[in-house]
Amino acid sequence: MSVLDSTTTILASGVRLTVPLAFAACGEYLAQRAGAMNISVEAMMLSAAFTSVATASATGSATVGLAVGVLTGLVVGFVHGNLSHRAQINTFVVGLVLNALVLGLTSYLITIEQFASHQVGVLSIPLLQDIPLIGKPLFSERWPAYLLILLVPLTWWLVERSRWGLELRAVGENPQAADVTGIKVNARRRQALLWCGALAGLGGAYLAVGEVGSFNQNMTAGRGYLVIAAVIFGAWRLGRTMLGCLVFGLSDAMRLALPALGVTLNAQLLVAAPYLLALLAMLLFTTQHREPGALGRPFERGST
Amino acid sequence: MSAASLTDPDDPGRRLLARLRPGRRDWMTAGLTLALIGVAGGVSALLLTLTGASPSASLTAIWTGSLANATGWTTTLLNTAPLLLVAVGACVCATAGTFNIGQEGQVLIGGLAGAWVGLRLAVPGPMLVVVVLGAAAVGGAAWAALSALMLRFRGVNVPVSTLLMTFLAIQLVTFAVSTPWVLQESVQGAGDIADAQSNALPANAQLAGFGHYPSLQLNTGLFLAVVAAVAVAMLLSRSRWGFKVRMVGLNPRTAKHAGVRVAALGGLTLALSGAFAGLAGGLLLASPVSTNRLQAGLSDNVGWDGLLVALVARNRPLAAVPVSFVFAVLRAGGDFLSATGVPSYLVDIVKALLVLAFVAPPVLVDLFHGRRGATLRAASAVSVVPTKTEVAA
Repeated sequence: MSVLDSTTTILASGVRLTVPLAFAACGEYLAQRAGAMNISVEAMMLSAAFTSVATASATGSATVGLAVGVLTGLVVGFVHGNLSHRAQINTFVVGLVLNALVLGLTSYLITIEQFASHQVGVLSIPLLQDIPLIGKPLFSERWPAYLLILLVPLTWWLVERSRWGLELRAVGENPQAADVTGIKVNARRRQALLWCGALAGLGGAYLAVGEVGSFNQNMTAGRGYLVIAAVIFGAWRLGRTMLGCLVFGLSDAMRLALPALGVTLNAQLLVAAPYLLALLAMLLFTTQHREPGALGRPFERGST
Repeated sequence: MSAASLTDPDDPGRRLLARLRPGRRDWMTAGLTLALIGVAGGVSALLLTLTGASPSASLTAIWTGSLANATGWTTTLLNTAPLLLVAVGACVCATAGTFNIGQEGQVLIGGLAGAWVGLRLAVPGPMLVVVVLGAAAVGGAAWAALSALMLRFRGVNVPVSTLLMTFLAIQLVTFAVSTPWVLQESVQGAGDIADAQSNALPANAQLAGFGHYPSLQLNTGLFLAVVAAVAVAMLLSRSRWGFKVRMVGLNPRTAKHAGVRVAALGGLTLALSGAFAGLAGGLLLASPVSTNRLQAGLSDNVGWDGLLVALVARNRPLAAVPVSFVFAVLRAGGDFLSATGVPSYLVDIVKALLVLAFVAPPVLVDLFHGRRGATLRAASAVSVVPTKTEVAA
């Protein structure tokens, strides 16, 4: 295999591994800008992956499966939002419990029934897909991947340009001040978690009925945590978060491809790289005030 | 703190006292908890019938695997000790308002440090097990202390950093046991595809058993864990240091005004919780649970489960003793259950639902009464870190 071919292969698998991360990272980015430290992305992705495969198997349509996956993510986001931003249970506790619950539930349910395999179709864009090196990776993907072109700018616009987003950022930065101006802080955070749930659900469903075509036990395998790492790595900026997803996707692709190409690179280092990078990014950025001021802090009226 | 401030309903000192008085709402909380446990049981039974298994047969299987005979008791009690240690550590730092969720990684690093010392140092006789456990505790403490340092000097969110560090720890241990010059097993069979592991620790690195009972093996680990739970409970509730820790947890700002070194105490409790988790790793290494070898799977979710134990015990070390026993029963019984054909993942679902049943009621009762005070603050610990506005001020 020529160098060009193997590079294209690695790029293609890197992009494929990036797409689910990118969807979920869009949602997690918006949630974190609202100050909601959502660690149940893993639960959102995994549950959506499961229900999308189950629905696709029942209805015979991968697209319906994808839609149900999004809905499942929404439900998890709704539950997470109500437990941590209405009932005010510690958001990390809620996240951990939801992750554990969904992992147990999906692992259990998958043993009950076998699902038929369904995948959404590949959409190759003519001409563009013939570009050497980047043509195949970028312009010959399963069709939901192209939704990113729509959803990334939409998320950016929602956060940076809409009135809702302005209030959202205020809620994440200084909830007390936002509350004084009449913004319903916890309601805003719950809305942000719904957006996060829908997108993480889309990411999980894409992984299942897009790339893999079936559900395996714990198939997200920590990708939800990787998404959190990507948002931190991106220093709470959407563009850099997406770049982070691409870096993580490529490092995952390299880990899978390099041994086959006869290159020895430490596998553990490549797996650990995203988390290491996220930690380094946190060390760098937190004192530069890039982090939303109230990230992970519960808001309660009357407290200072 | 002047006497007059105690009449102010919002005064943290008053809130601290108010928490100690039992009230009518405790009954509501207890009732709601019981109701939610009932719901959890119902859901589990429903899931069981989905697989076609009968709930009563499954309960019997869990009973047989955990408490019906001496072998079951051995497994259960061996599982209890590390869970309890992790939970006790989690109680300490949660009381100080610092939320450590990296126990799984700290357990592994504890195991790594213990294995390193146990395989490299030639310490005679029973001293070796003490050295191994000590090294494990130090290893876990050091790993947690990294998070504490990142918080202190760069303001990094503790739950997030401890979470990310867990994934690093897993890779670090995998690296250690699969690299010849670190801790990989020196002689590997040809074509061996077993999980990478270290050499077995010498026999004198094993925890001694206590007492002789027919086919029941108890080891000193359980004794150690229970003593730790009692000691920590006493320290937190009776000592001056414990009062400071509770004060920092309830209101760091007041604690600071009262002259407590909040950041130092927060960091210390975080390191302490890491030490307990690391000790749990050492215990796993030195007990028959592992084969006295370090493997990447050494921790086997003990860190996560220990954290859940602390949540169910609502951060009280003494309550963690029975709760960790219950979780150990579920772990031991779950393994046995899977032998009967019912997937043991059911046990994971039960555990998660149990946690919800215990975490939600106090907050829900407060929400229902519209008054959210001390319970809320204690239930939703945040890291002791200055906010941006406080830094600016």
